[in-house]
Amino acid sequence: MAAERLDVPNVTDPGFTVRVVLALARRSLRNALRRPQFLAPLVLFPSMFLAVNVGGLHRTTSLPGFPHVDGFLDFQLAGAITQSLLLGGVATGIATALEIEGGFFDRLVASPIPRTAIVLGRLVATGATAVAQVTYFLLLGLLFGATVKGGIPGVLVVYLIGIVAGVGFGAIGQAIALRAKSASSVQGIFPLVLVVLFVSSAFFPKDLLSSPADIVATYNPLSYIADGMRTPIIDGVGSTSTLEGLAAAVFVVIAAGAIAIVALRGRLRDA
Amino acid sequence: MTQSIRVVRALVRRALNEILRVPGAAIPGVLAPTIFMLGLSSVFGKASALSAYHAVDFRTFIVPVGLLQGAGFTGAATGVNLARDIEQGWFDRLLLAPAPRATLLTGVVASAALRALLPGTFLLIVAFSLGVAVPSLLGLLIAAVLVMGLACAMACFSVTLALRFRTQQAAPLMQIASFVGVLFTTSYAPKPLLQDWLRVVADVNPVTRVLEGVRQGFIGGVTWAHTWPALLSVAGLIAVLGWFAARGLRRYSF
Repeated sequence: MAAERLDVPNVTDPGFTVRVVLALARRSLRNALRRPQFLAPLVLFPSMFLAVNVGGLHRTTSLPGFPHVDGFLDFQLAGAITQSLLLGGVATGIATALEIEGGFFDRLVASPIPRTAIVLGRLVATGATAVAQVTYFLLLGLLFGATVKGGIPGVLVVYLIGIVAGVGFGAIGQAIALRAKSASSVQGIFPLVLVVLFVSSAFFPKDLLSSPADIVATYNPLSYIADGMRTPIIDGVGSTSTLEGLAAAVFVVIAAGAIAIVALRGRLRDA
Repeated sequence: MTQSIRVVRALVRRALNEILRVPGAAIPGVLAPTIFMLGLSSVFGKASALSAYHAVDFRTFIVPVGLLQGAGFTGAATGVNLARDIEQGWFDRLLLAPAPRATLLTGVVASAALRALLPGTFLLIVAFSLGVAVPSLLGLLIAAVLVMGLACAMACFSVTLALRFRTQQAAPLMQIASFVGVLFTTSYAPKPLLQDWLRVVADVNPVTRVLEGVRQGFIGGVTWAHTWPALLSVAGLIAVLGWFAARGLRRYSF
């Protein structure tokens, strides 16, 4: 009776969990939008990279072994999207670390909400940000002359793989933040983002990569994620590349999500 | 004057201590340029088959870019560290000290110059061990001076942002400057291979001269014609960006 009067939430109720997740996601997005200058780098960095790659290396499409493309921009677009989504993961990690540093995370832990909602709330926000990131790059590409050979279905495939991958990268960022607990340490993983990208086929065809990058790229999920988004742009929707890309993105979500949950438990033990 | 030098030295020492005390934050910045060099040469290495590279190995071509990236990362890290000090209140306490603000700025920026040598040295050790030809002593010396100079310039820029935003969340903005500065040059390819728009940008970007000044020792001999524009460009960058940083510090109130 007393519980009813105080309106104590039932944390096992799925509807309540969903409401908390959405509330936390809304809060994350609002915080991000309040300071767009900190959100902008998610697309600015990859845009710069895209511009430099295309501007400096556009002649490489004439190299033997390079797949037939209308232009180097078409080829690079998927790489830029992948890079942007990875940076979104870093941003998610930094935001989580700042909440830990600022004490908000501890207040969340002390509140009567499901623990997993803390992780999921931010991941939903990361997914929403991924939609914006994919949209930005598709529009940027179209503006500068790229075409999506796969048409509307191709665009949808790019969105699907992009959103799932974006959520997976966000989970990686969260896992690191929950372990590192410091925004500057999370910020420090930024160069590692480049490493993972460089040993994938995100920026150049796998057959033209130097050894051992070409070997690592074969086992790097990013290669499949980038190629899964690239094929609809430069060629058309292909079932193999789409399924491989989607499978790689789902793999990242499951693996990183599990690590984030374990890291959260570790953090709760420490608290 | 002696007091000012002492303050500068203390601030530099504190910045260097951070490398040992917070290695988790420092190590990526040290590794990044090497990763960049190895990554770019692995990904785009076959591009050197294009005739405009004049048979220069892509890794050799890209090593100077890595050196300047190291300077850029270090400069950005200086701003991030300052933002952290502001967030934690340490910088406000520092401002209460009886030292001129210009001295404090000099100390912060000078630390970047020294710290930039760390990623650069690591990069060169890896590059030389992978077969990149060792430049002459003069070439290395000029490269070191230019790297330190660019680190100072980038530190001035990131300090300006740190004083403006007062939060570590401004870190990506600080890093963007080094990316734009270093990459919108002849970083990936010789000028004849660049698209028209990038050639124009590279022409007006002062870092292009700095990059060519560093690169000369790696792909040929050191010439005064390549050296003086590089030195002049880096001095100009420090003067302009240093002025902004000094203005930011003058206007800073707590």
